[in-house]
Amino acid sequence: MIHALPIQRHVGNLLRTKADIFNNLNKMLTSRALIRGLRPSLWRSLSSTSALQGAHAKAVDALDASVPQYNNCVGIPLPDIPFVRVPSAEQKKLKEKEKGPWSSLSKEEKLSLYRMSFELTYPEMRQGSGEWKTVVAGVLFFLGLSGLLVWWQRIYVYGDVPHTLSKEWVEQQTQRMIDMRINPVEGFASKWDYEKKQWK
Amino acid sequence: MFSAVVRLSASGVRALARTRPGYTAPLACRCYSHAKAETDEEFDARWVTYFSKPDIDAWELRKGMNTLIGYDLVPEPKILDSALRACRRLNDLASAIRILEAVKDKSGPHKEIYPYVIQELQPTLKELGISTPEELGIDKV
Repeated sequence: MIHALPIQRHVGNLLRTKADIFNNLNKMLTSRALIRGLRPSLWRSLSSTSALQGAHAKAVDALDASVPQYNNCVGIPLPDIPFVRVPSAEQKKLKEKEKGPWSSLSKEEKLSLYRMSFELTYPEMRQGSGEWKTVVAGVLFFLGLSGLLVWWQRIYVYGDVPHTLSKEWVEQQTQRMIDMRINPVEGFASKWDYEKKQWK
Repeated sequence: MFSAVVRLSASGVRALARTRPGYTAPLACRCYSHAKAETDEEFDARWVTYFSKPDIDAWELRKGMNTLIGYDLVPEPKILDSALRACRRLNDLASAIRILEAVKDKSGPHKEIYPYVIQELQPTLKELGISTPEELGIDKV
């Protein structure tokens, strides 16, 4: 007859371990590191800081695709909405002035009007970034790091090679192979000159 | 254009049905459209008319411009002149400058197109008081 108690204890341990696992998992899932990772990525926060002057009604992260969006696209010269959706008082005054003759606007005002409607100019849109240099540097760096790791491993982790690869053994082995006439037609022994007792 | 193709293929079927054995079969009927291809002048005229609409609204301007830039061509100065005047009617200087930028971008490697277009548009630019991207310094990054 099996004692119920040990089984209970065993099952109890199992449950306790499961609870521990669950707790740890919970702690992991709610850990700060993971939250930071799940938070909108660094790129988005960078883009939103650079577009501070663009008065976005909603945060950049929550992109509402059900309303017209602004976008910088060389194939779409006139986007659906202006970049600045909520003009300041000064900008509103400028918009009023725009209704009059444009020759009365100064260069700065014209530029200001342009930037109100568009975030980036065409040259700015076409501009490349230096990201490729970072990528290449990263690739080479990690290749080097891997190389170092492999080297360290070769020295400190790998044991000695088999004794059959030692110089003495290989010499004896080679002599034996010559004596046995291994592949005498086109292979190993054919390269050995048996008269002169040397390699051809 | 599509209805012409359907008509053509329908008539082709009837012709084949009437063929009697013993006769040589008719050549395979190529379903090329019989519609006339639009000439460049007609294309230009159509677009000039589009932008010349007196009560054009902002959406139509944007739609027209985005469509025009989508084509595999650089718009003629007369179309651009019409578009710039539409911008003026809509009190939209930014779009006018943007149109000029888009034309330069559209020319791609053909660097001689943009100066030509600007030269042709000079009277209009002066009249409406539109500055070119170069004058505003936004042609460089």
